[in-house]
Amino acid sequence: MAETGRLSAPAAPLASPVTLVRIAIVAAILVTWEAVAASGLLFRDVVPSLLVIGRATAGLLADKTYYWHLGVTAGEVGIGLLIGGLSGLAVGILLGSNRLLGRAFEAYLYYLGPTPKIIFFPVMIMWFGVGPGSKVAMGTISCFFPVALSAAAGMREINPVLIRVGRSFRASTWQMVTKIYLPAMRLPAINGVRLGLGVAIIGTLLAETKLSNRGIGFLIINAYSTFDMPRMYALLIVLFVLSIGVNAVVGRLGGVDSIRRA
Amino acid sequence: MIARAQRNLVPAALGFGALLAFIVFVEVLIRTGAVNRFIVPMPSQIAGAFERVIVEEDIPHRFLITAREAFWATVLLAVFGIGIGVLLYRVRLLRSATETWVAAMASAPTVLMYPLFLVIFGRSERTIIMMGFVAGLPAVILKTIEGLAGTRRVLIDVGRSFKLTEVQLFWKIFFPAALPTMFVGLRLGMIFALINIVGVEFLINFGGLGQLINDLAERYDLPGTYAAICFVILVSVVFFFLTDRLEKWLRPAD
Repeated sequence: MAETGRLSAPAAPLASPVTLVRIAIVAAILVTWEAVAASGLLFRDVVPSLLVIGRATAGLLADKTYYWHLGVTAGEVGIGLLIGGLSGLAVGILLGSNRLLGRAFEAYLYYLGPTPKIIFFPVMIMWFGVGPGSKVAMGTISCFFPVALSAAAGMREINPVLIRVGRSFRASTWQMVTKIYLPAMRLPAINGVRLGLGVAIIGTLLAETKLSNRGIGFLIINAYSTFDMPRMYALLIVLFVLSIGVNAVVGRLGGVDSIRRA
Repeated sequence: MIARAQRNLVPAALGFGALLAFIVFVEVLIRTGAVNRFIVPMPSQIAGAFERVIVEEDIPHRFLITAREAFWATVLLAVFGIGIGVLLYRVRLLRSATETWVAAMASAPTVLMYPLFLVIFGRSERTIIMMGFVAGLPAVILKTIEGLAGTRRVLIDVGRSFKLTEVQLFWKIFFPAALPTMFVGLRLGMIFALINIVGVEFLINFGGLGQLINDLAERYDLPGTYAAICFVILVSVVFFFLTDRLEKWLRPAD
């Protein structure tokens, strides 16, 4: 029996061109890295072989004390984000809802925001000591500015009809904040928290590298001091993956990209 | 006109007045002993320390060191950031493959690589410049791509109708159209670079203004430390303000 012609879908390629390019780039980087490591062009251990870095990463992830240090840093960043985020949100709502206050004080936030916060660390040590308090303070002042500026901008974008509806229902200030302002400015607020989280992580970790005996920042500077390069690479890799992952999770909540909106 | 000036004057006066009132309040708190003067120096002491810090600590020289580092980081950002951005815009496949990586790099705490850079480049200006460069690179690349991709179709069609070569098309159409957005990226990159440069100077105790703060803090010269911090804030604010004005000047009128 003659076979009737059947329409058959063309076989799907195993990987898209984009995926192939990505694989090629990663492979090129890894091969170049390994070649440099084997060449001896740089000082020994400055560029360790991938196998050594892989072993150090596995060792780091199997090390219980690493998780203790990670917990310390996470706690400092979390408390800093909580204090800086809430105070930033409150200040942002205040400045965004009051035209006069906004025009009087927002310029200070706008221009102080991009100053390097790490320079305040000696002051924070004086005020809060050399323990976790000064690191929490660094996280707090780092994340306060982006959250406050995003919240103030978000407040001004709220549909005035929603605010009038709230007022017509004689909502109290607290009800206005929880029922109108915060739900209406969810996206800019989350974007601010996302930016704030990133800078809080940086502020806290930099403070740990400067003066601390615990936390991931301390582990990094300790690896530098003992010239344990594979461990330093391992710490940086794990830290970058964690930071980008946390940032992506918070960003997904907001559904926006900070750099594109800047 | 006068009414508009008054409208602008009232908030400015309120902001500045509140700042002055806060400074006076802190001064009173310290003088009355409510705040320990060995932890927070009096604002009058800080104001008095400015001249001493500027003269004795040679702030102009330190400022020039930081400015030189920021300049070289900016040059690297302009050359490599815009160059990579143009490359990624032109090679669509490469852009699709790597744009998310560049965006991810923007959110990575790259400044924490400074111990690694110390090992590679040593405790020198090169480490500080490279840290500034790495911190600002993603913003410049992403904004360059965005600027070029945002070139109006009609402008490109006009260029093609004049039979411009690809090079002419880039310099006469794409580049001028993307310039404002590219400058936004360069400005963001410069801000990130400056933050990192001063931060790394402070952390590795080397270079210009950042090192000065570390030096003064280690000597427990509190009024001097606060004065140096105020000076760095002033420099940052002036830098941010000037680049902000330049960006607004470059931005086409809507």
